[in-house]
Amino acid sequence: MDLLVGQLFTGLSTGSILLLAALGLSLTFGQMGVINMAHGEFIMAGCYTAYVTQQVVGDAGVSLLIALPVGFLVGGAMGLVLEWLLVRHLYQRPLDTLLVTFGVGLVLQQVARDVFGAPAVNVTVPEFLRGGVDLLGTAVPKTRLFILALAVVAVTVVALVLRFTAAGRRIRAVVGNRDLAETAGISSRAVDAGTFFIGSGLAGVAGVALTLIGSTSPTTGQSYLVDAFLVVVAGGMGRIKGAVVAAVALGTFQAVFETYSTASLAKVGVFVVIVVFLQLRPQGLFTLRTRSLA
Amino acid sequence: MLRLRNLTCGYGRTPVVHGVDLEVGADEVVAVMGHNGAGKTTLLRAVVGLIPVMSGSIELDGEAVNRRPANKRVKAGMAYVPQGQQCFAHLTAGENLRLVADGRKSGKALIDAQLDLFPALRPLLGRQAGLLSGGQRQQLAIARALITEPRLLILDEPTEGIQPNVVAEIESTIVDLAGRGGLSVLLVEQHLGFALQAASRFAVLRSGRVASTGGTGAGAVERVREAMAI
Repeated sequence: MDLLVGQLFTGLSTGSILLLAALGLSLTFGQMGVINMAHGEFIMAGCYTAYVTQQVVGDAGVSLLIALPVGFLVGGAMGLVLEWLLVRHLYQRPLDTLLVTFGVGLVLQQVARDVFGAPAVNVTVPEFLRGGVDLLGTAVPKTRLFILALAVVAVTVVALVLRFTAAGRRIRAVVGNRDLAETAGISSRAVDAGTFFIGSGLAGVAGVALTLIGSTSPTTGQSYLVDAFLVVVAGGMGRIKGAVVAAVALGTFQAVFETYSTASLAKVGVFVVIVVFLQLRPQGLFTLRTRSLA
Repeated sequence: MLRLRNLTCGYGRTPVVHGVDLEVGADEVVAVMGHNGAGKTTLLRAVVGLIPVMSGSIELDGEAVNRRPANKRVKAGMAYVPQGQQCFAHLTAGENLRLVADGRKSGKALIDAQLDLFPALRPLLGRQAGLLSGGQRQQLAIARALITEPRLLILDEPTEGIQPNVVAEIESTIVDLAGRGGLSVLLVEQHLGFALQAASRFAVLRSGRVASTGGTGAGAVERVREAMAI
């Protein structure tokens, strides 16, 4: 029983990390269809934002609270520049977008190497997040609980914004039918830029959070990129609730596989599960039902 | 209101509409007719800004709007109801309307006015628009267009593929709207009887060119049939 509970908590924890990394991608890739291979580097930028903020502010707790919104702005600004300079010229050309953003990702990694050096840097975990909490006999690190809470808050805010605000309606309209949105008086250019800003900003927030559980190097973001894409695709393109379920499921699979094998084999196991799942259900977990194609 | 001068447009480098001249005056309804593939929808897509103009000009109240993006043309007073009962399928019917009303001072009143015009939509506001019937979606599409308070309403085959009793309702609404004043209508329609009843002038397109134009009075049916080679 204890083992099962422990695995579930570990799965939930891993899932929340995947979800944070994938949430921004569920907007830029899931909603807009842009294959942004530089998304991992936006996560990395968030990590370094946390590092720099801590160097400037000093206090680990205060710097974390400052780094979260600053990470959002840094990631968002980088996304905005990428969208304006390159991506907007490549809508409807997914392979070109993939190649270009992959190149941008490599450039950003090199920039990080030049600025911060190749060795990994560490962010000090605030005092209030050190140690663990006993939940049903399982010791859960407070950092993991913080990331879980952050993921819940981020998902809730994104879902509420998409569902209940005018900006969210515009995003869903442009995603659903770009031409129709334009002829309804909505500037699809402005919406694209705004969506990319939010999606990339969320990657920055994820980066800040990830410094609590690991060190930061120029390639930090890359290790989360594939998982993030898997979460979005397995959950169903553009479906936030799909991303939530897929992230928790993948996290749990990984935790269970890791219990009986190694981390590398667990990764292979997760990939096999996803390949089989997508063969059976290529549209992902959740899809939209409509009578029309519009 | 709307003046097209020697308008040529198409897809990529291939022109579909060739040198079309057409005018829609204030409070006037003009019907554009023609067989499938005649270039009617392409013409409308160029007018509303969804495809670029290759040559010629589109003027709204004397001002060239060729280079304005589609969303700016809406702000200038154009509203477009595209072919095929298009709506934002994954938004609810209510959200389809609120989307356009957002940011307008009298947004709620505008929505209410459209729901008075199409009362069948009122109980469907919470339903996902993609799950509505074709007729309901078309009413929603027209309501959404009217919320932008247009001076020029552009309708692309509003009765196509809709059950007859709803067709009659949509037809009477369009005729009623046009008769109220303050709204010009550019109507693409295959249904000859409705087009000639609603419009005061017509133009027939054939292979992307204007084959015939005239008033919709006596003899119009014969002239349209002749131009369309029916």
